[in-house]
Amino acid sequence: MTAKVVRIAGGQGFWGDWLEAPVRQVRGGPIDYLMMDYLAEVTMSIMQKQRSRNPRAGYARDFVPLMERILPDIVAKGIRVTSNAGGVNPRGCAEAVLESARGLGLAGKLKIGLVTGDDLLPDLDELLASGHELRDMETGRPLSDIRDRVLSANAYLGMTSMVEALDRGAQVVITGRVTDTGLTLAPMFHEFGWDPEDWDKVAAGTVAGHIIECGAQSSGGNLLKDWRSVKGLANPGFPIVEAHPDGTFEITKHPGTGGVVSIASVTEQLVYEMGDPKEYITPDGVADFTSIQLSKAGKDRVRVSGIRGGPRTAMLKVSIAYLYGYKAVGTLVYGWPDAYDKARAADRILRQRLKDLGLEFEQILTEYVGVDATHGRLAGPPSPDLPEVQLRVGVRGTDKEAVGRFTREIAPLVLTGPPSVTGFAGGRPQVEEVVAYWPALIDRTVVESGVRVEILEA
Amino acid sequence: MPSQKTVPLQLRYLAHARSGDKGNTANVGLIALEPEWYDLLVKQVTLARVRKHFKGMVSGVDKFELPNLHALNFLLHDALDGGGTISLKTDAQGKVYSTALLRMEIPVPVAVARKARKAAR
Repeated sequence: MTAKVVRIAGGQGFWGDWLEAPVRQVRGGPIDYLMMDYLAEVTMSIMQKQRSRNPRAGYARDFVPLMERILPDIVAKGIRVTSNAGGVNPRGCAEAVLESARGLGLAGKLKIGLVTGDDLLPDLDELLASGHELRDMETGRPLSDIRDRVLSANAYLGMTSMVEALDRGAQVVITGRVTDTGLTLAPMFHEFGWDPEDWDKVAAGTVAGHIIECGAQSSGGNLLKDWRSVKGLANPGFPIVEAHPDGTFEITKHPGTGGVVSIASVTEQLVYEMGDPKEYITPDGVADFTSIQLSKAGKDRVRVSGIRGGPRTAMLKVSIAYLYGYKAVGTLVYGWPDAYDKARAADRILRQRLKDLGLEFEQILTEYVGVDATHGRLAGPPSPDLPEVQLRVGVRGTDKEAVGRFTREIAPLVLTGPPSVTGFAGGRPQVEEVVAYWPALIDRTVVESGVRVEILEA
Repeated sequence: MPSQKTVPLQLRYLAHARSGDKGNTANVGLIALEPEWYDLLVKQVTLARVRKHFKGMVSGVDKFELPNLHALNFLLHDALDGGGTISLKTDAQGKVYSTALLRMEIPVPVAVARKARKAAR
């Protein structure tokens, strides 16, 4: 008897990732699950803003037309989908996908598992009143300092409710703020029937999830080692986990696709956004990244084994977004000769004008793109013969009017400042709202009692 | 052990790297290009050197070892001008802090430097 293998394919690494990837994952070879991660730290607040304008909005809108493209394939092949595309309105998202399914003639053929209960915004004042201070994990400040500016508050849920949805027959599981790793863990625990307190298995699934949660970033995209040798990135193969019942797995990609799956490509993804490698904390458990063993297991195939983990913590992380202030960034390009000196002169003039206007900002930041924007002083002195330099000035503050006035001070430099200037065709910079992230912790029992799983049918 | 003659060599010849962010902290994962160079990285890419390299750009540095992946992980605190959406920097999420670390020089045995430079050609 061959041991069971479960194939979980990464389809989206963030909201805005390559739209063709999930389609090619579904059609390019055998897979059992497609996981799609849509939520970055402040994505929830953007969705919250959209929902406040339109009660039917508040989820990753791209997800619905994308699902419409792949629904006939996944229903025909029995592929199951896990996604946190639901954002702050998972019900609205699920209903939109059901409507698409009915339009495709799939009525009676699709069950969606809907997970709710991560949204803490409606209960926030009650939580604060009952002693949950929701202090910022980085600064230690209590949430009451910024309560009136909070836009969204969501607990990070783990795999538990998604496993339940799969156990109850959901083909597509749609959630709000669940962890990206949970989207991969849930299929593994559902398929293998593992004990959710088998911490080594939790850690193994967490590592598998971490490897595929950023899409092609583990299969040749953004790969620094020998980057010139990575071929075929016009059609990058997104990563696929082939999981085994013993907790080991392989990372691979569909045949005939570009990119590469190698020890180097997997290792670069493993260290991405890493903190203390011995303690990768998720709602489901704690993984020890110093236990991971990688070995080459064929062309575009890496075997992952040996992973150890520890018990989950008593707290869940809460992602809170709040209105911080406003910012704008303006750019101009100065050309040879003396490009850098001209850009610096323009910056001095601009700052003098802002000062003379009495405009105050929390910060004014100047970068010279082509000289110091990414590596600062480490880049060393610029060549005296640079063909061009981009002057990039940003301001941030709480006074929207002041930021707005700044955006009108960039274009005038063209006719009233140093010569050989261009690159202003984009027009005036936009004033952007700064929505900031406030990470906090909460007792998991407070959240978990409100988590619900519903099965909806097309 | 006899003392070996060393020469300064940029980390780009010895390691590859990827970076990411957590709030206002950037992380840089530094991975030996050859497994046998990992011990050299552990010994020579010291906290003191990394702190000096990024002086004025970050408030503090932590170092973690992953011998299983032949990798080191560095946390660079307050590296991102507020980080996330607050930062005005081009690289607000620290995506290319990785290559900024690869500019650093460490002393390496002459034979290693020769091999590493040759491999890069």
